[in-house]
Amino acid sequence: PGDTSVLAGLYGPAEAKVSKELPDRAALEVLLRPKVGLPGVLERSREQLLRQTCEAVVLGVLHPRTAISLVLQVLSDAGSLLSCCLNAACMALLDAGLPLTALFCGVTCALQPDGTILLDPTARQEQEARAILTFAIASSERKVLMATTKGSCSVEEMQQCLAAAQRAATTIFQFYRNSVRRRYSK
Amino acid sequence: EDAEGERLRLSAGAAPQGRLLCGPGLRRSGAGLLVTTCGLLRHRPGGGGAFWVDSQQKRYVPVKGDHVIGIVTAKAGDVFRLDVGGSEPASLSYLAFEGATKRNRPNVQVGDLIYGQFVVANKDMEPEMVCIDSSGKSSGMGIIGQDGFLFKVSLGLIRKLLAPKCEIIQELSQLYPFELVIGMNGRIWVKAKTVQQTLIIVNILEACEYMTAEQRKQALAKLSGN
Repeated sequence: PGDTSVLAGLYGPAEAKVSKELPDRAALEVLLRPKVGLPGVLERSREQLLRQTCEAVVLGVLHPRTAISLVLQVLSDAGSLLSCCLNAACMALLDAGLPLTALFCGVTCALQPDGTILLDPTARQEQEARAILTFAIASSERKVLMATTKGSCSVEEMQQCLAAAQRAATTIFQFYRNSVRRRYSK
Repeated sequence: EDAEGERLRLSAGAAPQGRLLCGPGLRRSGAGLLVTTCGLLRHRPGGGGAFWVDSQQKRYVPVKGDHVIGIVTAKAGDVFRLDVGGSEPASLSYLAFEGATKRNRPNVQVGDLIYGQFVVANKDMEPEMVCIDSSGKSSGMGIIGQDGFLFKVSLGLIRKLLAPKCEIIQELSQLYPFELVIGMNGRIWVKAKTVQQTLIIVNILEACEYMTAEQRKQALAKLSGN
């Protein structure tokens, strides 16, 4: 915790290429660049997950025929990368002033072989774990926006991880609030 | 101050009589209001009462009635295409200037700066601008003269500068005389007597966003002392 960092930049609503523009809503695109090497299949799948999560909260109907681009650059990776990207994406959307229906945050749970749940695991804990679950949780009534699993676990274990993640989400939303408050107090 | 997506309950002081105006940052959803941007919630009790969210952004979205500075990018027949910093270029007809007729065309070249207001600006249509107001007078709008310096700041600073009795502008006008055009799209055009004075004013305006009032007074005192 504390060593994974992602830089997020949001551009939009800007002019969209005619091939990509949608007639009734904004076209959201996410680009995830790893720290070393070219983006591969893993980055592409993460980009799609992020894109679908963001599309669920952004009010795209207010800006039809425009393009919103979110660019994420991984600065350092020490575990829980996907939830770090989710948090960075949400802060970028907040900072840019785009109209959103809710905020969201990302929480990663690692399921140890002995059944204990670890939140926001480090890279080593991720490797030893039996299953890693990442949830994107919305601020309104803690609904789940996105859930992705690596490894296998039972349904009850998934429910337990979800409950723990929803509790942790409160801390993250409080952090958002403090950062925004600091920015607007100047 | 609020996060988004939260259900707000209006305080008891805001008596909901008659119609309540919903400004930028708020949307009607079902029976209540939904906050859609983060920022400080403001309330104006005058008239029917208005609520809006003061948020900081850099990207401009065209709104009808806003006065903006546009850069001419193309001339297409009878219409000029202007870049106003939004998602698409705005159009300006050559007849929308004071005293312009079919024989008497305004002298506008590509790359000129134009100060005008939006007459059509919604999400579905291309924005249209004019340089005359409803009575046909130009009232300060039109082509901006030669020289001077155009730069971009955030929309929050623009709103601060456009508030009545803005301290920053009063303090700056005691330094040197200068001409200033402020566009709601984040663009400011400044012209002073010499290039050095113009650049000093530009630097102060850009830095005003992050300086507190005391820091600004100190900086201006240092400059006028020179």
